[in-house]
Amino acid sequence: MAAWLNRLRDKHSRRGLLLISPTLLWMIGLLIIPLILVIITSFGQRTADGGVIYTFSPDNYLRLVGLSRNAPCGDTPPPCFDDLYVGILWRSLVLAFQTTVLAIVVGYPLAYFVARAPAKRRNLYLFLILVPLWTNFVIRIYAWIMLLRTQGVINGIVGWVLGLLHISFTPWEMLYTPGAVLVGMVYEFLPFMILPMYTSLEKIEPSLYEAAADLGANTLRTFLRVTLPLSAPGMVAGTILVFIPVMGTFIVSDILGGRQVILVGNLIQNQFLSARDPTFGSAASIILMVMTLIVTIFYARRFGFGEEVASA
Amino acid sequence: MSNRRSPWLVLVSSLVYVFLYVPIVVLVVFSFNSSRTNVVFEGVVNQGPCGPFYWFCQLFSNGEVLTAAQNTLTIAFVSTLAATTIGTMAALALQRHEFPAKSFSEVSLYIPIVIPEIVMGIGILVLFSTIFRFLNNALGLSGDQRLSLSLWTVIVSHIAFSIPFVTLVVRARLHGFDKAVEEAAMDLGANEWVTFWRVTLPMIAPGVLSGAMLAFTLSLDDFVITFFTNGPGATTLPIYVYGLLRRIITPEVNALSTVWIAMVLIVLLISQRLESRST
Repeated sequence: MAAWLNRLRDKHSRRGLLLISPTLLWMIGLLIIPLILVIITSFGQRTADGGVIYTFSPDNYLRLVGLSRNAPCGDTPPPCFDDLYVGILWRSLVLAFQTTVLAIVVGYPLAYFVARAPAKRRNLYLFLILVPLWTNFVIRIYAWIMLLRTQGVINGIVGWVLGLLHISFTPWEMLYTPGAVLVGMVYEFLPFMILPMYTSLEKIEPSLYEAAADLGANTLRTFLRVTLPLSAPGMVAGTILVFIPVMGTFIVSDILGGRQVILVGNLIQNQFLSARDPTFGSAASIILMVMTLIVTIFYARRFGFGEEVASA
Repeated sequence: MSNRRSPWLVLVSSLVYVFLYVPIVVLVVFSFNSSRTNVVFEGVVNQGPCGPFYWFCQLFSNGEVLTAAQNTLTIAFVSTLAATTIGTMAALALQRHEFPAKSFSEVSLYIPIVIPEIVMGIGILVLFSTIFRFLNNALGLSGDQRLSLSLWTVIVSHIAFSIPFVTLVVRARLHGFDKAVEEAAMDLGANEWVTFWRVTLPMIAPGVLSGAMLAFTLSLDDFVITFFTNGPGATTLPIYVYGLLRRIITPEVNALSTVWIAMVLIVLLISQRLESRST
């Protein structure tokens, strides 16, 4: 404490504190205290009118992992195992994983293409990747309703082409399926995967490719032994930038999944707005946060990422 | 190798660009649809004095949309101004000064980046509702006097998630900044304020400007935080569109999207121009 006060007497350090204090006010007031409140709420119990009684009860967490102490699970009397919420958590995790993998598969060729393009063109190509990102998030999902619905653009075009070939066509049911949610998620977050991958790929010295070729490596071997390992940091950064938001997003599943696809984000939103149980919603948020933190820490430890995320 | 581009790579990359742009093109085209239900494109609308721009005219005479647009811009301007100031101060502190709680500050700035937005959103909602409930009871407020979510709660929350991004961008600019220039100014007799306004700020201005641009677009685009923190009368455009998507969709929504996209494009092109001129 004395050392701390001593440092405060130093003018340099006083100025630093002065400059940082509004930031600290915001970060503590609007991030750290709210998080603590959510943790406290998650151990509380709801009242009938949507209020909270502050207790220290693990009930909400037990309900999330499927232990039902009061209500029966189908025909089984309590206590029993109810997989409803575990299923939702698992589905969210799988969907986030699928979205990330698809974004890498779809985004990698484009990132590579832009990184190897002549320097003059690169900015234009990057700009073209950014433009969809700046059109509004909600508007972008709306576009997919127009494309995917039964009488929508995709079915219209396919039907028209098949009609010319005299093949009968029953329109596909695409909207309100898990597939629609996956496509929507990939579309929403693809640029976040492409940009950091591009940053990594762009840093690779062209002479490395030449060296690999001189040493007799073919294209595939050069890709596997040079390009892929050197672009791994970008992929890791992209994974974090895609995985975290996908885990928590509720609009895509809400609009393109139409209540067929319930993710943890929908569960949280529902508890706060219609079910009026903030304690259960808080517990679900804490579980969501812990799940994403585990993934992030695992990645950061394993590969180290800070710099790539910053440069994206 | 480095200059030979495989045709497959070009093909796949073009397809990804198609994937990125088809939804946007469809949105824009359908804003000229003559069908009110807007499911199938039945031809270009030609109605009223606006002709093919019928839905755009409808849009600009829709009071709800205009209020939402006004709210969106107010929130974006105020939160950008505040977040840019606060974030630039933080960048200066972290890059230039040693002080107690420095590492804590650094860690706290990463929180909004690694925590899902929805958790932040409900956290702020729980915070405000706890504070408001407490104050309403303590001060005995009733009826219209009762504190509740409003435009201000949204602005305060947008500042919170914008600060880290501004700090990140400004710090990157400060990083490559030669301190000798500032020392020279001081040696020549400028005091610290004059040095800051005449030397430091002009040199980091491009960083501050791109930080502000980032904060502005983040605020315009935000749905989740706004969703949980907006009160009556504080509807923003994304919230308004979301509300419509769950009811009935007319080409008016497309017209709104088209106007939005056009505005974003114009702002982006202007900022690109400015950037290429300043470097």
